[in-house]
Amino acid sequence: MRERRTVVTGIGVVAPGGVSRDRFWKAITEGRTATRRITFFDPTPFRSQIAAECDFDPVAAGLTDAECRRADRYVQFALACAAEAVADAGLDLTDAQRERTGVVLGTAVGGTMALEQEYVTVSDAGRHWLVDATLGGRFLYQALVPSSLAADVACRHRLHGPAQVVSTGCTSGIDAIGYAHQLIADDEADVVLAGAADSPISPVTVASFDAIKATSPDNDDPAHASRPFDADRRGFVLAEGAAVLVLEEAGHARRRGAHVYCEVAGYASRSNGYHMTGLRPDGLEMGLAVSAALKQGGIAPDQVSYISAHGSGTRQNDRHETAAFKRALGQAAYRVPVSSIKSMVGHSLGAIGSIEMAACALAIEFGVVPPTANWTTRDPECDLDYVPNEARELPVDVALSVGSGFGGFQSAMVFRRTSGAVAA
Amino acid sequence: MSARAVVTGIGVVAPSGIGADAHWRTVLAGTRRTGPLTLFDPSGYPTRHGGEVPGFDAAGYADNRRLVQTDRWTHLGFAATRLALADAGLPERAPDPYGYAVALASSSGGNLFGQRELQRLWGGSSRTVGAYQSIAWFYAASVGQLSIHHQFKGPCGVLVAEAAGGLDSLAHAARAIRRGTPVVIAGATECPLSPYALACQLRSGMLSDVADPERAYRPFDAAASGYLPAEGGAVFVVEELAHALARGARVYGEVAGWGSTHDAVHTGPDTAGDPVQYARAMRLALDRAGVPAEAVDVVLPDALGVARYDRSEAVALRAVFGDRSPPVTTQKPLTGRAHQGGSALDVATALLAFAHDTLPASAGPDEVADGCELDFLRGHRRPRTRVALVGARGFDGFNSALVLRGAAPVRGVHG
Repeated sequence: MRERRTVVTGIGVVAPGGVSRDRFWKAITEGRTATRRITFFDPTPFRSQIAAECDFDPVAAGLTDAECRRADRYVQFALACAAEAVADAGLDLTDAQRERTGVVLGTAVGGTMALEQEYVTVSDAGRHWLVDATLGGRFLYQALVPSSLAADVACRHRLHGPAQVVSTGCTSGIDAIGYAHQLIADDEADVVLAGAADSPISPVTVASFDAIKATSPDNDDPAHASRPFDADRRGFVLAEGAAVLVLEEAGHARRRGAHVYCEVAGYASRSNGYHMTGLRPDGLEMGLAVSAALKQGGIAPDQVSYISAHGSGTRQNDRHETAAFKRALGQAAYRVPVSSIKSMVGHSLGAIGSIEMAACALAIEFGVVPPTANWTTRDPECDLDYVPNEARELPVDVALSVGSGFGGFQSAMVFRRTSGAVAA
Repeated sequence: MSARAVVTGIGVVAPSGIGADAHWRTVLAGTRRTGPLTLFDPSGYPTRHGGEVPGFDAAGYADNRRLVQTDRWTHLGFAATRLALADAGLPERAPDPYGYAVALASSSGGNLFGQRELQRLWGGSSRTVGAYQSIAWFYAASVGQLSIHHQFKGPCGVLVAEAAGGLDSLAHAARAIRRGTPVVIAGATECPLSPYALACQLRSGMLSDVADPERAYRPFDAAASGYLPAEGGAVFVVEELAHALARGARVYGEVAGWGSTHDAVHTGPDTAGDPVQYARAMRLALDRAGVPAEAVDVVLPDALGVARYDRSEAVALRAVFGDRSPPVTTQKPLTGRAHQGGSALDVATALLAFAHDTLPASAGPDEVADGCELDFLRGHRRPRTRVALVGARGFDGFNSALVLRGAAPVRGVHG
C-alpha cells in the first residue's frame, strides 16, 4: 500500500496573551509573557497565586448560546480553535468527506473546573458527602466525561469520522496529534481535527500542585515567574488554553489546493516506568522517543532546525530534557536552538503540547523561532542554546517538539517543511 | 501492515466476578449481580442499585504504598492487569520493557479520590488537598501506575469515548502492534460510583430508577427503564500473533476489525442515536476484518436499556444484517454498565464464549419491545463461524464496533 502522508493545513489557537493564531504568534515572537496573579478566584490561601489565563470571550469567538451553556471552558476553547483552524484550512466538506473526517482531541484534566464549581453547589461547599444531585447543573454529566470535548467539536462541524479524546496527562496534546496522524496514515480518515484543550485554573488544581510544590511561588513578580532553563527557576506556572490543527492526507490537501504549513514527519511516545512525578536524570526515554520520531521521518540529528522544549521550568525537567536532547542528537544538540514558550504562556497541562505544535508549524511557516523569555542566569547543567528572550529569524525546515508528563509519559513529534512537490 | 493482533490474556474484575472463570460462570448461569449500592449510602438518590465488584480486596493486587496513592478505579485496574498477565503466562515485570505498552480507556477517572479531596478543600479548615491528588485523579493515573509497576515502557495511551472507548482501546492496541510494539495491554476499568459521580450520571437522564434490581435494567425489553451503573471492566493482553506463537501462548482470538464513527449530534431527551452512523461503524469493522455480514456468529450489542436507543440499535443491526439477524446476546443486565469498562467486558465475554465453545444465552429481554425484534439467544448454543461483532455507543454520539475472530476452543477450560 502506498504510504499516506499527513500535512497540516489549518491552525487555531486560544492561548494566554493571544486568543487567535495571529495574536498568539505575535505575542510569543515578541517575547511577551502572559502570566499574572490569578483573577478567576481569590488565590490568597494558596502557595502559588499566579497563572497564565486566557482573556477569552466565547461570544466574540463565535460560540452559540447553546454552546456557551453546554460546554465547559476547555471545550469552548476547543470550539473556538476548531472553527479558526477549519476556516484557516478553507475546508468545505461534502457529506462523503465528513464521514472520513475525524476528531482527536487531548485533555489532561477535562471538566475539572466545572466539576469543582458544581461540587461546591451540590455539596453545599463541602458540607455533604452524599451530595444533592438535584442541585447540579443540566450538563453535569458532560462535565464528568471528557469525551464531551471531541463530541462537541464533531457536532459543531458535523463530522462523522472517528472521534475520541486522548488523556495522557501533560503529553495529551502531542499524543492526540500523533494518534490523528496514525488514523490518516492507516487510511481510517482523510482529515482529522486534532489538538488539545485544558482549563485547569481552579482551586483544586492550584491546591494539587501546591501540595507537591510543583508550581512557582513567585507571587510578587508573576510576569517573570516562568523561567525554564534559568538557574533561578522555581517551578511551572499553571495555564489554560487550546490549539487545534487540521491534519489532512497530503493528496487530499493537494487536490483541493490547500495551503500546507508542514508535514508530520514522525511521532513516538515512550514511558519511563520510573515514577509518577519523578524523571530519570539521564532522559533515556524522552531521548528514545525523539530518536524514534526522527527515524520515522528519515531525519538525521543535524537536520533538526528547532526544538520546542517541554521546558516547564522545574529544575528536574529542565535537566532531564537537556540530557535527553544530548542523548538523542549528540553533538548536534549544542547547535540547535531550543526554546520553551511555557516561559510566556505557562503550562496548560494537556493543551500545551498542541499549542507548541502550532508554534512549530508557524515557526516553519514564518522562519522565526520564538524565544525562552525570562532567561537571565545560566544553569551549568543546562548548557544548550535556549534562544534567550528574543525571537530569532532563521529558516526552519525541521521542528521537533517534546512533552513529558505525570505518569512517566514522554512524547516527541517532528514537523517538516514541505517543498511544493511534497504533497504530490 | 501485516502484523496481526491477538488476545492471549483476559483479566476480568467486574460485578460478575473476579477472574475470567468467575465471570464466565456468572454469564453461563445468567446470575444477576446488580444490587443495592454499598460503596456509599444511596438512599437519597433516585437510582440506588448498581453493579459492584463482589469481595474486592485491593490489597491482594498492589502494595499499600501504591494503594494510598490511587483511586479505587486504579485498584480495579491493578487487579485486572495482573489477572490478564497471569492468564497470558507473562511475568509481572515486562521482560522487554520497550516492547510492552499499556493503553486503557477511562472516562470517569479517579472520581472517588477526587471527591474526597474536593470535600477536604472546600469543607475543611485549611484550603489544601493531599499530596496524591495530582496523580490519583487524572485519567492517566492508572496507565501511569501500571507502566511503572509492570515496566511497560512502549507507547502508552489513554482513550476516552464515554462507553465506546473500551473497544477503541483494543483498536488502538492493534494499531500499536502494527507499528512494532509486540505486546499491548488494553481494555478498561471504571469506578463511577462515588456519590458525586453518581449524581453526575443521573444528569444524563439514562439511569433507571426502578427500585427492583431484577427489573431495573432491561435492554430491548418492553419494560426498559434505563440502565444501572456499574464498576469494573476487563483488561487484555493483546499481542502480535508471531510473538504469541513463539512463546507458545494460548490465543483466545484475533482483534480482526474495528470501526468508529460519530453521530455529530448531542445526546438529549429526544435523541436516539443515529442508526446510520452506528451501522457504518459496524460495517467498517466487518470490512476491515474481511468478514461478510452473514459470517457473523454472534452480536454483543451496546444494550443501553433506554427504549429509543434500543430501537435505534435494532435498526442499525437490521441495516447491517438485513432480515437475517445473527444471534444477539447481552450480559450487561447481569452487571450493569461500567462506562468504558462495560464494552471491554463484552469483549471478554465474546472471547470466553469461543474458548468454551458456547455462545451464552442473552440476559433478556423477556418481552421484546416493539421495534427491537432481533434473534436473541434464548439458550446456550455452539458457535459456528467463531466471529463476534461487539458494538458500543458513548454518550453524545460515539459509535464503535469491534470484530473478533475466535480461536478454536481451548482444551481443559471448564465451563
